[in-house]
Amino acid sequence: MALKQWILSGLLASTCLVSIAAAGPIENYSPVTTERLKNPEPGNWMHYRRTYDGQGYSPLDQINTSNVKNLTPAWTFSTGVVEGHQAPPIINNGVMFVSTPEGQVIALNAKTGDEYWRYKRQLPEDLFQLHPTNRGVGLWEDKLYLATTDDHLVALDAKTGKVVWDTKVQDYKKGQYLTLMPLVVDGKVIVGGSGGEFGIRGYIVAYDANTGKELWRTFTIPGPGEPGHDTWSGDDWKTGGAPAWMTGTYDVDTRTVYWGTGNAAPWPGETHPGDNLYSTSVLALDPDSGKMKSYFQYHQNDSWDWDEVDAPMLIDLQRDGRTIKSLVHPGRNAIFWVLERKPEGIKYVAGWPFVYTNVWKSIDPNGKPIADPAHKPGIGKRVEFCPSLWGGKDWPSAAYSQKTGLVYVPANENFCGGFTGEKVPLVAGKLWLGTKPEDIGLTPRPGATHFGELQAWDPATGKKAWSHNFPKSQLFGSVTATAGDLVFVGGTNDRMFRAFHAKTGELLWEQKTNSGIVGMPIAYEVDGTQYIAVQSGWGVDAQRIQDALVGKVPGLENNVPQGGVVWVFAVKK
Amino acid sequence: MCQDPTRRALILTALATGACLASSSPSIAEEDLPGSNERPQKGDVLVFAEGDRAGEVIKPQDLQAGGPPVRAWPKDPKTSVVRKGSRLNEVLVVKLEPTELDEETRSRAAGGVVAYSAICVHTGCPITAWVKAAGGDKDVFKCVCHNSEYDPRQSAQVIFGPAPRRLPALPLAPDDGPLTVAATFIGKVGAQQAR
Ligand code: FES
Repeated sequence: MALKQWILSGLLASTCLVSIAAAGPIENYSPVTTERLKNPEPGNWMHYRRTYDGQGYSPLDQINTSNVKNLTPAWTFSTGVVEGHQAPPIINNGVMFVSTPEGQVIALNAKTGDEYWRYKRQLPEDLFQLHPTNRGVGLWEDKLYLATTDDHLVALDAKTGKVVWDTKVQDYKKGQYLTLMPLVVDGKVIVGGSGGEFGIRGYIVAYDANTGKELWRTFTIPGPGEPGHDTWSGDDWKTGGAPAWMTGTYDVDTRTVYWGTGNAAPWPGETHPGDNLYSTSVLALDPDSGKMKSYFQYHQNDSWDWDEVDAPMLIDLQRDGRTIKSLVHPGRNAIFWVLERKPEGIKYVAGWPFVYTNVWKSIDPNGKPIADPAHKPGIGKRVEFCPSLWGGKDWPSAAYSQKTGLVYVPANENFCGGFTGEKVPLVAGKLWLGTKPEDIGLTPRPGATHFGELQAWDPATGKKAWSHNFPKSQLFGSVTATAGDLVFVGGTNDRMFRAFHAKTGELLWEQKTNSGIVGMPIAYEVDGTQYIAVQSGWGVDAQRIQDALVGKVPGLENNVPQGGVVWVFAVKK
Repeated sequence: MCQDPTRRALILTALATGACLASSSPSIAEEDLPGSNERPQKGDVLVFAEGDRAGEVIKPQDLQAGGPPVRAWPKDPKTSVVRKGSRLNEVLVVKLEPTELDEETRSRAAGGVVAYSAICVHTGCPITAWVKAAGGDKDVFKCVCHNSEYDPRQSAQVIFGPAPRRLPALPLAPDDGPLTVAATFIGKVGAQQAR
């Protein structure tokens, strides 16, 4: 064995544990092909949002508006881990893969809840995890892919959980970490890095799915000589943030990957003059080369910590008498964006505020929002702005129903915030916010009657169809829509999981769970029975918002227990 | 992304930068020094981790009563190696009124000076804030990553937030001279994975 290989195997042995339970290993595993990823069977959920277009829509309708009241737990499974469980369970023909905080993957029989195997990453002792979470595993052939908070990309054998390869992406000691679900396109595993709060230079990178070899890496901040570099001053581009920590979407027809990018670093815009491309943008990339085809920047010179990392949904819209191949993105910056995928690039179509904002005065004809300087944080002055730094909608994803034509948004209304900007030298591996964390405020608007708001918007017309308000809670969970005319969401601090009527917004069903739900609901089918699944496990930003509101919102619950449980529901026959 | 908004502003520490402090990233050279990665040992002295006096030995009279805490590294007095090869060796030192300390805490204190691991046992962030407790009037250690609070007067037990256990204490020799480590950390330093 060559020295390098020996070192690698030693490393693998010391960084993971795989346990095989009685039910495993998995037999008759269905290999995941390009064709299956392009057209996933209705009963499966193999992408972050089920399909490459990011719609978060299941064509299953066995569970529907007439029988959802009979939805009951079919089985549950405790993960044994605390903190925010944000991943969707991933389903491939009767096998469920669940990932949790601390880099754990559990393979379960999706019908019975029996465990096949469990992979536990042994994280370095000196790691600190600002966002201790994971958002799912990608599938390809007979492997699956896990991105870890110690900044590795790991390929596991889907049948056994054994490590196939383990690639270091960057150095966790410099604030680099990964929390997203990898996007698999034609045998390439594509991920983007977190770490915008540590003064990193964001990037998106692709690896060969079979070998773990790096194929390309595209930085989200252009270097010298690259287009857009002149939107940065001096050396700011080296540390300007623009992380890319959420899974992209993919247009199969034009072979274009769309990826969202985060805010510029540190927070106050005065510390990094310029428009700061390609922060707070959507990038259109060639999956084969990583070459940027086009981009659209949602707002310039970010000063509010408004990551725009949730990738836009790809939706065919009828608008102004024609079909628009759109990109739809309800932004953290409070603007509901409708863009168009044109052959010549991404073009602005429409934008409107979907929650209260005092930051934007208008949007120009090219889609550039005009900020009110009075609400733009700067150095040495405390500035208040609405919405808060968690935005109108944070990373939890919206969904689109192909039946109703509506987009369902997990919005937060009536939250404002503020901080005092300051110049702070960067030290590698240390938080670098441009303000004191203790100084950051979250303030309910005077007279606010509610906070979380599940909204239904018609993206073709810009009209709101309905909304459901939560008087005592934020809404911090992804939404899933089904052909049963149902919309599922957790996200509130009362531990509830809920189903709404997709057309009317009527609350049709709710179930209290062990913890709060920041995980993504999914729908799947095994042996002719439809199930709804979600991870309950409160933590990370949902918890932070709640802590921030203690004492400010009378009656607010702040005792949501932590601990992850996979909940699977079916209609009682 | 996000940070926690909290109510009070009083900052802690000596972070010359004034921002959210964290432990220093060691250089390769520091990591390579024999003993620099080892946890604090009996007989080590404590030195300032940052600021104008970085590297100088800390004496009780260098500390301001009632806080804020000072960040420190252990140093082997025999070899002069500062144990900053691992961020898990960073220590928070705070001087409090001895009568405020519970018995167990007092037994590990040098006068009113107590020392704890600076690494939050939740998910391993550095503890950076010294602020009024969420449920009281006293200043306590706060980890701004996910809001865990620890009371240094009561063995740094968790009084708020998701941290699962108290901070490891670093017993100090009960003399007036330079702060000297009396025994190794009590408890595991850093976050603990689920098993
Ligand atoms: S790491 Fe300190 S509270 Fe989470």
